[in-house]
Amino acid sequence: MDLAKKTQQLNDRLNYIKDIFAGKHQDDITLLESRLNEFKDNAAENVEEAVATLDDLFGFMEKKLEAKLTPMDKVRIVRHPQRICLKDILENVYDNYTEIGGQDEHTNDPAVLIARAYITRRYGKKTYNQSVMVIGHEKGHGEEFRNGGSAKPWGNAKALHYMHVAETEGIPVHTYIFTPGGDPVEDYPGAGQQIAKNIYEMAGLSVPVVALISEGGSGGAEAFGLADKRLMLSHGYYSVISPEGAAAIEGRLKRGERASAELTEQCAKNLHLTAQDNLSFGYIDKIIQEPLLGARPYHYDFFRTLRQEIIRATDEIMLEANGFSLFNFSKLRRLQDPETNLDETYVRWHIKRKRRSDLIEQRQNKFMRMSRKTYINRQSILGALSDTWAEQWREVYNRLVYDFYHHQRKHYRRLWEEIEGEWLSIKQKTAKPFKDAYNKVRRIDPAAEEELTTLSKWDDESSRNSAWKWVSPKAKEDRAVTCPNSAVHGCVDLWAPDLYNEFAGVCTNCGHHFKMEYQWFMHNCFDENSIYEFNNEWEAGNPLKFPTLDERLKEAREKTKLKSGCITYEARIDGIKCVVAILAAPFRGGSVGAAEGAKLISAIDRARRKRYPLIIYSHGTAGIRIQEGTHGVIQMPRVTIAIRRYMRAGGLYLVLYDTNSFGGPVASFLGCAHYQFAMRSSNLGFAGPAVIKNTTGIDVPPDHHNCYKALSRGHIQGVWDRRDTRTNLKQALLTMGGRNLYYR
Amino acid sequence: MLDITSLLEEIKQRPYTDLSIKTPHTGIIEFTDLNEGDKVKDASGEFKEIPGTKIAVITREKNPRFIHACQKGIIQKLHKQYDKQFVEAGVEIGVLRHFLSKEEVISILLQKALHLFRAPERAKYYFAPEADKKIKISGSRSITVTDGMELFIVSRMKREVPLTYHGPEGIIYQVYFKHNQNVDVNEPLIGICPPDQLQTIEDVISRVNHEWKEQI
Repeated sequence: MDLAKKTQQLNDRLNYIKDIFAGKHQDDITLLESRLNEFKDNAAENVEEAVATLDDLFGFMEKKLEAKLTPMDKVRIVRHPQRICLKDILENVYDNYTEIGGQDEHTNDPAVLIARAYITRRYGKKTYNQSVMVIGHEKGHGEEFRNGGSAKPWGNAKALHYMHVAETEGIPVHTYIFTPGGDPVEDYPGAGQQIAKNIYEMAGLSVPVVALISEGGSGGAEAFGLADKRLMLSHGYYSVISPEGAAAIEGRLKRGERASAELTEQCAKNLHLTAQDNLSFGYIDKIIQEPLLGARPYHYDFFRTLRQEIIRATDEIMLEANGFSLFNFSKLRRLQDPETNLDETYVRWHIKRKRRSDLIEQRQNKFMRMSRKTYINRQSILGALSDTWAEQWREVYNRLVYDFYHHQRKHYRRLWEEIEGEWLSIKQKTAKPFKDAYNKVRRIDPAAEEELTTLSKWDDESSRNSAWKWVSPKAKEDRAVTCPNSAVHGCVDLWAPDLYNEFAGVCTNCGHHFKMEYQWFMHNCFDENSIYEFNNEWEAGNPLKFPTLDERLKEAREKTKLKSGCITYEARIDGIKCVVAILAAPFRGGSVGAAEGAKLISAIDRARRKRYPLIIYSHGTAGIRIQEGTHGVIQMPRVTIAIRRYMRAGGLYLVLYDTNSFGGPVASFLGCAHYQFAMRSSNLGFAGPAVIKNTTGIDVPPDHHNCYKALSRGHIQGVWDRRDTRTNLKQALLTMGGRNLYYR
Repeated sequence: MLDITSLLEEIKQRPYTDLSIKTPHTGIIEFTDLNEGDKVKDASGEFKEIPGTKIAVITREKNPRFIHACQKGIIQKLHKQYDKQFVEAGVEIGVLRHFLSKEEVISILLQKALHLFRAPERAKYYFAPEADKKIKISGSRSITVTDGMELFIVSRMKREVPLTYHGPEGIIYQVYFKHNQNVDVNEPLIGICPPDQLQTIEDVISRVNHEWKEQI
């Protein structure tokens, strides 16, 4: 036995224990330390026996400490440099692999590793090499250039590119999530925008996807996480925010201040981020048991288990997607037996072309079933029944009107148009000599001549010739307001009754847009008395029983008279019917939780069923509501899937940003829109300046998230003036969108 | 001829500038807890996004606006008699003594001692090939410029035209523009030093670099 090597191993185990418990369980650690020192000092005699005794002691202590692991200890486990990383998995789980997305630091983003790999299975005398595309975050073992597994936008773009390659080649994708979160750099196309694209595309990937979560940090995890099977390591975590981030918010810390260890520990517990919690919520399918105190690269038995579970998950998706036949059923039965050695069974990793859409639908339905009972619905039974009946009736109506009648009508209309075209051409040729002769003798109508030859007059009807329908209460204050650009542009002070009423909150000199209430948009951009609000009985809850959240929600309800941060309604713009959802900033910063997610999905479905355009107005959103933990973060894929279904059905989806929009919503259902616009002076991005400073140490310029910057980097398609919102919305409704919108 | 040594002595006698703090507009002024003799900071942060020390609040039409220190220094005078009183625009409410830094002193000296040749239009400026070659090998001070010398190339939107130097003869002491960067109209391009004053200027600058003690 190599004594030096064994001593080093034990030393590493001790340091690992010290690191993950961060000063706790000092008695046990001191005992291990003293025994190890004794062993080092007296190593000459009976080495093998001494090593075995010490090994047993370490094993015993690890077992004892395993029972005392807290959620924060698990967070420290997944972040430890000794933790297994993706390269260890590629070496030990797959039989062969080739790295294709770059090599070590010679890649556009070393935090993302991509490889073509295969798993060899033997069945009878035959050997099968089953190819997969492996995509994941690579933290490395303390390598600085890996950026801790925080993928940059181009890293996520690279991953998406290879997902499409896998789709072209018809091979499954295995994603490995080892990230504390996405890197908040806002270079093209923007961190949030790229994550949104990944989620949107993964929702429609026609090959099986298996995701394994070790460290699932919010948006960064979601970029790879929309999978058919979601496995999780027993010592991993999956959360909306890091415990430190949550502690900084809960402790209301200023920039640069650090949260206390106790508060961070408490937040980790309150966030319910462990694998066991997530399994009970239904956000993961299975937990893979790790060795005591977490898997490290020398736990070869664990890699065997992991290999079996990865194969099992992929096999299950294949069999389920290919439909139930007698053979498939018996294979599925065998797969469910934990004793079965999957290396010695064979399931073909191929999905029939006609079954691919079923696979996508199954994946989407799986996410849509999640997080259903995590908000409060105060709707009466009669109301719910009536809604269900209306939905069913609408489905039948759609089948009859759009799928049958309109389809047939389109077919005959096309035929008629061709005949009519021919007829008109013959008619014109025949009638031309007669028409020319008539025009020569015809007397021109003076009124028509004037209309055609003089300049048109200002059309009063189409312009706003009266006061705004809704005026901000701020207009009642008798005070002056200073424009924040006054030092640069020399703007004079504005009188609040003018600014918040006639000027619609816009500086008359520089055009700066002051913040206005969401009611301004709601009542001034749509036809009078056309608003019909729905689902207003759905209420934000506290599914994790997060301390003090109930009181804070109550306070928000009383202050805003809203029950959640999302308002959904039907309205008309110049007679064009549409479904609108507002993320209202006054209610808990416009954060999105389970209730908001459910309301958004319901609104999107309504727009799809009724063939109406959909407008989401982000009056302001701070991101996902952290106090709801994974119940909040799961809304990112859920709402994005609903949006995808809507857009694929031909719907027109418009997003309009106002004030400040950050975090998960921008990195999912808002960012995936093909048409995104922002109100002047608004800010949008993935993470705010304080978070960027805390995570990357970079100071960003004050205008880093300004809408014009977002326009320059290609995140949004235009910047609108608040006073022209109604006109621009109507213009957008008439010039953009899919083919199935009813008003076309 | 400018006596740069006596100019430096003059600055040494009075190593600060007194900046008058004036009200930007009418309103009721309310001072903060600052007193005469207190130190104040100017705007800080990488992008100067953190405003300087708050000196007073001026309220007009229920609209409070802060008056911040625009330079670092000490409060020399504070006219507290105006506290909670209505004041007109442009009224001095205090004096801020700003002590000159090394760079500021050098800049004052050079601006007075050198002849500045300024950009005639907004464009990118390059040295003409001959001058550029010399500068790259021996530095800018190796070139003596004369009136009518073709010294620059003005580059704007792919249009490149020569620019002739007009001014007194001398050597290029300071180059103010950078390669491939736009220079605004009237910004200095080079600072020309008369050959007989070169040694004196260099000595004085070196003295400032070694001896100048920044007070705050």
